[in-house]
Amino acid sequence: MIKTDILIIGAGPTGLFTVFEAGLLKLKCHLIDALPQPGGQCSEIYPKKPIYDIPAFPEVLAGDLVDNLMKQIEPFQPGFTLGERAQTIEKLEDDTFIVTTNKGTKHHAPVVAIAGGLGSFEPRKPPIPNIANYEGHGVAYIIRDPEIYRNKKVVIAGGGDSALDWAIFLSDVASSVTLIHRRNEFRGALDSVDKVQELKDAGKIELITPAQIVDILGDVSVEGVSIKQGEEIFTKECDHFIPLFGLAPKLGPIADWGLEIEKNAIKVNNALDYQTNIPGIYAIGDVNTYPGKLKLILCGFHEATLMCQSAYKRIFPDKRYVMKYTTVGGVEGFDGTKKEAPKAVVKAIN
Amino acid sequence: MQDITLHITDREGKTHEVLAPTDMNMNLMEVIRSYELAPEGTIGICGGMAMCASCQCYIESENELPEQSYDEEAMLAEAFHVKDNSRLGCQLFVSETLHELKITIAPEE
Repeated sequence: MIKTDILIIGAGPTGLFTVFEAGLLKLKCHLIDALPQPGGQCSEIYPKKPIYDIPAFPEVLAGDLVDNLMKQIEPFQPGFTLGERAQTIEKLEDDTFIVTTNKGTKHHAPVVAIAGGLGSFEPRKPPIPNIANYEGHGVAYIIRDPEIYRNKKVVIAGGGDSALDWAIFLSDVASSVTLIHRRNEFRGALDSVDKVQELKDAGKIELITPAQIVDILGDVSVEGVSIKQGEEIFTKECDHFIPLFGLAPKLGPIADWGLEIEKNAIKVNNALDYQTNIPGIYAIGDVNTYPGKLKLILCGFHEATLMCQSAYKRIFPDKRYVMKYTTVGGVEGFDGTKKEAPKAVVKAIN
Repeated sequence: MQDITLHITDREGKTHEVLAPTDMNMNLMEVIRSYELAPEGTIGICGGMAMCASCQCYIESENELPEQSYDEEAMLAEAFHVKDNSRLGCQLFVSETLHELKITIAPEE
């Protein structure tokens, strides 16, 4: 069981900055994120895009913002559970919480801060009417173990990097690989596009474009797919169908935690501390809503700061504390480091 | 600058006649959000970077539209419910050429 003071769900900019503000109050943080790396949308969707409204940064790339935040919180030694989605929450008798991930990792904390942005990133599922019936029976949106495709007939749909990369990889594993895309052009890395062309010419990948899958066939598991190309619809026999259309954020299991939801976001008390309807659970950043809410990173930073003060009072109800300026108090890391303003040298002139 | 009129059919099939300013650098996704014609969290998820297709619209009038950028074209190639008249609302900026434009918001993915 991982134990911490503030358990942060979501390692985007708001979640990361929470570690800093909590650290100033000597509170330890642990972050859970469904993505394999910290940074949330900034790392996953637009790392190379500039952001212009971070105070005092006339321009900063989203990826650099995350790198800077990671550097800023380093002294506070946050823990990370990455590549796992926060699944369930349980409130114990002592008003602390246990959050368990989809992989069964348990986390125990007196305060939970949901900084989940738009939610956890999950595969986009194509709107094929019967697709859900075949999930786990030949349809998979993520390839976990390529060996299950050995000597099988595989159909992949999609036009991005992951469709191209897996088609290339599986061409050596599966007995046949068919790649289906709605357009003739692919938008993956040039190397991958060239490689697929090469494998197509060598007869190791069958390419069907422009086309799309309109139906899945099979009694219990996948036995084939119906492909629509122009006005023609034909059947392709296969054992596996792998739609790879990238990831999209979903609020996911958090929506079932008993929190008040409004406009696909978690309602919080913004007059005070961004606490939700469940005391001890806060929601900060893009995941929350309140009158006048703006989904901006800079607003997330502000919310994280106020939330940490409230969390401190919740954890230490009897301790008195007032906010201290870092310029005055410096930054004392849990790793023994201390940053502080240089002391003025006072010297008398004789 | 004058406001223009847009005819926007929401996901429930109801058509709304709305005014949109041409001098605020607004795109159609933002106009839809500003009039709350689609629930928050179901449109403009990527913020308008042509990186999701939550603002996909079907264009139902003959207005002259800007060419699709590479990003828009690439996103529509991966999107669902795409038709020949699909565009991403976030890539269409309010200007006088869009006056009396008729669009329908595509279903949620």
